[in-house]
Amino acid sequence: MSTTIPIGPFHPVLEEPEYITLEVDGETVLGADIDLGRNHRGMELLAEEKTYDQDIFLVERICGICSASHSWAASLAVEDIVGCEVPARARYLRTIVHELERLHSHMLWVGLAGHIIGYWTVFMWGWKYREPILDALEMITGNRQHYAWYRPGGVRRDVPDEIWPKILKILDEFDTKVDLLTGAILDDPVILGRLKGVGILTTEDAVAYGALGPTARGSGVDIDVRRDEPYGAYSEVDWNVIVQDGCDCLAVAVVRLLEMKEAVKIIKQCIEKLPGGPIDAGIRDVPRGEGIGHIEAPRGETFHFIRSNGTNMPERHKMRAPTFNNIPTFRPRVKGETISDALLCFAVIDPCYSCTERMTVLDPSGKMLLSPKDLLRLSHEKTEQIRRNS
Amino acid sequence: MGATGWGFKKSLWVFHLNAGACNNCDIEVLDCLTPRFDVERFGIKLVGSVKHADVLLVSGSVPRKVVPDMIETWEQAPKPCAVVALGSCGCTGGIFRDGYNFAGPVDKHIPVDAYIPGCPPRPEAIIGGIVKLIGTL
Repeated sequence: MSTTIPIGPFHPVLEEPEYITLEVDGETVLGADIDLGRNHRGMELLAEEKTYDQDIFLVERICGICSASHSWAASLAVEDIVGCEVPARARYLRTIVHELERLHSHMLWVGLAGHIIGYWTVFMWGWKYREPILDALEMITGNRQHYAWYRPGGVRRDVPDEIWPKILKILDEFDTKVDLLTGAILDDPVILGRLKGVGILTTEDAVAYGALGPTARGSGVDIDVRRDEPYGAYSEVDWNVIVQDGCDCLAVAVVRLLEMKEAVKIIKQCIEKLPGGPIDAGIRDVPRGEGIGHIEAPRGETFHFIRSNGTNMPERHKMRAPTFNNIPTFRPRVKGETISDALLCFAVIDPCYSCTERMTVLDPSGKMLLSPKDLLRLSHEKTEQIRRNS
Repeated sequence: MGATGWGFKKSLWVFHLNAGACNNCDIEVLDCLTPRFDVERFGIKLVGSVKHADVLLVSGSVPRKVVPDMIETWEQAPKPCAVVALGSCGCTGGIFRDGYNFAGPVDKHIPVDAYIPGCPPRPEAIIGGIVKLIGTL
């Protein structure tokens, strides 16, 4: 007889307050169902009622962690309609902020993954190392998150040269911390025991589900918009796309850890090569036409489509965030796993420590069998068991 | 200070409810708990169930689909329970005010004791807001 576990809809931190139902038989997960829509804010219609400049502030607020990605993609779409060339300095500044965002996003995920498998130290350390990156973002853009940094045609303000040494110092320190964390995670037999071979998403499944970003690259799918269709300054700096063939949770974790190293490399090169000159192409009018902008956000490809009717507001603004594609991959990942690994399988597509707090096991009549705490306890117990046996 | 004030004097346990937020307020709440700000040293901590909470922290612009869940969460909370509307969206609806799916702000559905504006409010602002809230209870 199967039992259902509802997860959600409220989580302390999550991209979207989603509602997930797990079907379980004893310890084994048989299937999963996902119900979205609690975060539907009418974004696309709102975008059509605002001017292009105001739209940037709106699309930033699609997701707090990817705010640079969305505003850049929307700016690219407008620039695609206008057909203008963005000044080199603006392209480099955009790239720097975007990669800083990737750093803080990946570090956030590492922390949350640590929390889920019962490693509080990883959680606290990860978030501690993330703070200087937010400081760097604040130095450049003026805000810790929601930077309002991108605008169609360029960036919103110039940066004085004297902040770069400070940012390089932050990056150097961050780089050593990433090494430390990577070593600590990959050398730990217990963490390996928890992540290796858990939550398999085969290459075929990743392609079939249209997985994006680290989720796809952890399953051996070699896609990255930054390389496949270069934008910003990515074609002018030296970096590698990280692909792992493991197809399990460990592979995704490794992709994220190594990508942080690559991001540090990209930022350092951008700061070194940062050209002078204007920071804005000065777009005045947006002609009639259609444009797309797609970029590699920390979680995968973010896509924006804008149709202009020649006024100062878009006629249609379609946006698609990577998590939309990645959420369904939870289904093949979780099938056949145990309940204690279900949390991890879900979190691996995106940071969502919150699910752990909100999962409840109910029997068909609605009686609670396991509380959220019990589920987290199960997960922690499994880690403990592996630790004892190793 | 009445009995209520005594109960709220220290070790506030917070339940955080994301009612259609963009996730930024939520991250800043977690930031408060991690080493740089570390409010846990004052006994303030996030709890997994609203039934353990003294404070209900609501962020987000409250889309229609969330309203029944949010009210139910509020009803399940043991009283007295202070409600804090977090961020511009929680306080007024912010940029989503004109959206067709906007059913908030928070104080339209549940009584709010404190408002912490900002998009997102900095961790310092969140801590400051909670401290002011303790002073008024």
